Amino acid sequence: MSNRDSIRLAFVAVLAIGCGGDAGDGAGETEGQQTEAAAPAVDPAVAATISGTVTFTGTGPEATPIDMSEEPVCADKHSEPPTSPAVKVSDGNLANVFVFVSEGLGDMTFPASSEAVVIDQDGCLYHPHVLGIQTGQNLTIRNSDAVLHNINTRSTDNRPFNISQPQAGMESTRSFNTAEVMIPVGCDVHGWMSAFIGVTAHPYHAVTADDGTFTIEGLPPGEYVIEAWHETLGAQTMSVTVGEAETGTADFTYDENAAYAPVPMTEPLIVSHGGHGAG
Amino acid sequence: MSAHRPRVSADRRSATVLVGVLALLVAIPAAGPAQDVANGQVIYERWCAECHGVEGAGDGPAADYMLPRPRDFVQARYQIRTTPNGELPTDEDLMRVLEVGMPGTTMPAWPNLGEEQRHDVIAYIKSFSRFFENADPQPMEFASDPGGGDDALESGRAAYEALECWKCHGDSGRGSGQSTATLEDWRELPIRAADLTEPWKFNGGGTPEMIYRRMMTGLDGTPMPAYSDAVASGVVSPEQLWHVAHFVASLAPGLKPRTADLISAPRVEGELPVAPDAEAWAEARPAFVPLAGQIIETPRALAPTVDGMWVRALHDGERVALRVEWGDPSNSPDPAWNEWQAKIVGAVHADDADLSPDAPMSDGMAVQFPAEPPDGARRPYFLMGSSNDPVTLWTWDSREGATEAQGRGLGEISALAGGDLAAESRWNEGHWEVVLTRSITEGAEGAITLAEGVVTPIAFFAWDGSSAETADRGSVSSWLYIHLEEPASSNVVMAPILAIVGSAGMLLLLVRSARSRQGLARAEA
Repeated sequence: MSNRDSIRLAFVAVLAIGCGGDAGDGAGETEGQQTEAAAPAVDPAVAATISGTVTFTGTGPEATPIDMSEEPVCADKHSEPPTSPAVKVSDGNLANVFVFVSEGLGDMTFPASSEAVVIDQDGCLYHPHVLGIQTGQNLTIRNSDAVLHNINTRSTDNRPFNISQPQAGMESTRSFNTAEVMIPVGCDVHGWMSAFIGVTAHPYHAVTADDGTFTIEGLPPGEYVIEAWHETLGAQTMSVTVGEAETGTADFTYDENAAYAPVPMTEPLIVSHGGHGAG
Repeated sequence: MSAHRPRVSADRRSATVLVGVLALLVAIPAAGPAQDVANGQVIYERWCAECHGVEGAGDGPAADYMLPRPRDFVQARYQIRTTPNGELPTDEDLMRVLEVGMPGTTMPAWPNLGEEQRHDVIAYIKSFSRFFENADPQPMEFASDPGGGDDALESGRAAYEALECWKCHGDSGRGSGQSTATLEDWRELPIRAADLTEPWKFNGGGTPEMIYRRMMTGLDGTPMPAYSDAVASGVVSPEQLWHVAHFVASLAPGLKPRTADLISAPRVEGELPVAPDAEAWAEARPAFVPLAGQIIETPRALAPTVDGMWVRALHDGERVALRVEWGDPSNSPDPAWNEWQAKIVGAVHADDADLSPDAPMSDGMAVQFPAEPPDGARRPYFLMGSSNDPVTLWTWDSREGATEAQGRGLGEISALAGGDLAAESRWNEGHWEVVLTRSITEGAEGAITLAEGVVTPIAFFAWDGSSAETADRGSVSSWLYIHLEEPASSNVVMAPILAIVGSAGMLLLLVRSARSRQGLARAEA
């Protein structure tokens, strides 16, 4: 082999080796849970419904009024000091329970609604206190008080945010890309303010009203595990099977003296370093 | 032909070697990232894991001895960034923190790590969080600085009020706002709003540019929100936000604190000031005395409130007045801080002693002298003396006032009889200002006798009741000195004049006698 040939061979070898290997990290967002597959259309003729009532047995905690004297603008909006919305029981019915489908949808995907969910800061309280939202759906954060509020989320699976809204009428928009039940929300200026956001990868969630009732509509017929979550009392599950155009029932009861699955729900995802390769 | 054969074989061998070497040279950089992270792990486990934890969750063995806690790299909420609120930091952001540390926290700078080592450890730190996979953090668009000046400061002050920064940071900026007592970080641990008058303790730096960036991005993991949405919504303009940054930067003291070894107490001719806001204090130059937590005897103050005092002293030949000022966001006892008082005790490592105060606690401070003026450089044990080498303490309690006492060690304080130690104090929106006055020479029975012209050892203690601190479990300084200056006596003026007149006179006599001798000589000649 001549020297010239050797050099040519070496050049080819360098090109071959240097151009192989890692293409490098791509730019882009963190991966969400939604795939690009087209959503199956749920035929309204066969769509099922699951509804129910969540009740509470026991005396419940004492309703302590919230002292808003340090914020007269908000105190003036209430005819009498409001009580904490944490355990809200009326006639044995439990409000603010987040109810959602936790199993049974398989790998079906659903497009997020283009309608935004609204959370409003009014009278130095969040309205609603508990809300459900789908991954990719917009959350509109509104300040209806003429004071500074900051909305500060303590999510573990989604990136957190902490937005200052110093003026009445200001609106901000955010969304979540990973299912997470539940994300605590608070205001640091007004330490008593608290709300919870439940993020699911599908639209099948609801929050019980003051009368304890909830309805989840438009479900594909099938076997489901329904989960109920309450911020202090804990979580419970129930299996419900619904056929075509059927309405299934899921009634939950929280007994003051019983223990339920603890809250908060999600554990932070720890990356294991076993077998961790080239970054 | 046979002569060529050996050369052909040699060529083939060299070609093979050449290809092999070139392949290696190219292959090594291509495998670079794997080596970076592996080397990063070695560096991390040696230098970082003690605080940040082997799994990067901010839970190393040292973690619960400090407040705030070390960064949790798994949750990846980074405070000091150029990226938008809630987003991950860029590599440059992380390199900057390794270069300058985070002042005001336990995170130091890392001058012992070279640039490549820093890149390696950053690569490893990022691998703790799945959020970094496929992420490409980009810095925000920051508006350029419109400049400072009086108009900017006025506009900044107005915006500070309109945006309600004072709700946490206080009207004075000293972190004593109405919402301060209930602030928590993302771990639900107590956290304070920054004292804006001490920019050397801002985690990201105290220049207007750094302050502006913090307002735009927010400090993730803390109550400090981002104002970028407010700017985008037109609630505040980028220019106004810059003005706020300039205003905040202007809250720093005009002169950088001068850490003192000696407190000079000039003598005043007029009335000795006893009120903290008396104009006469302008005659005394303030000395800055750093304080640190008492961490030698349990129970320890691992995350104390007070970290420095400004001290001025004056005397009038009869009495000495000491003006001591320090930052404390709470005027203890204060029911608004009850929840804080309960939480803060559990927030740092528990010592053996039972610390569950449910009674309201006072703020306080103490000035310490040796019980006897020392001969030589020897001074009593700095933590309130010992049984055979006691100290004199001028203690002040926010409820009880001033008491002259003797200390024979921590927890061994006994009030002394007699003496005329008096105090006047005010809590000025996040700062305590206390003036202690006493007769220079006639203290209580057993108290130190001070004297004009003498240099005496002095030390300081301070404690924040709302953080469950006490005289024994608070902040302490090391020994420094105080000097009660003597007045300028007439000797100072007369002696040089007499010396000049005297020497001039003798010089004249000398000249005259030399001339007269000359004259005699001429006359004789």
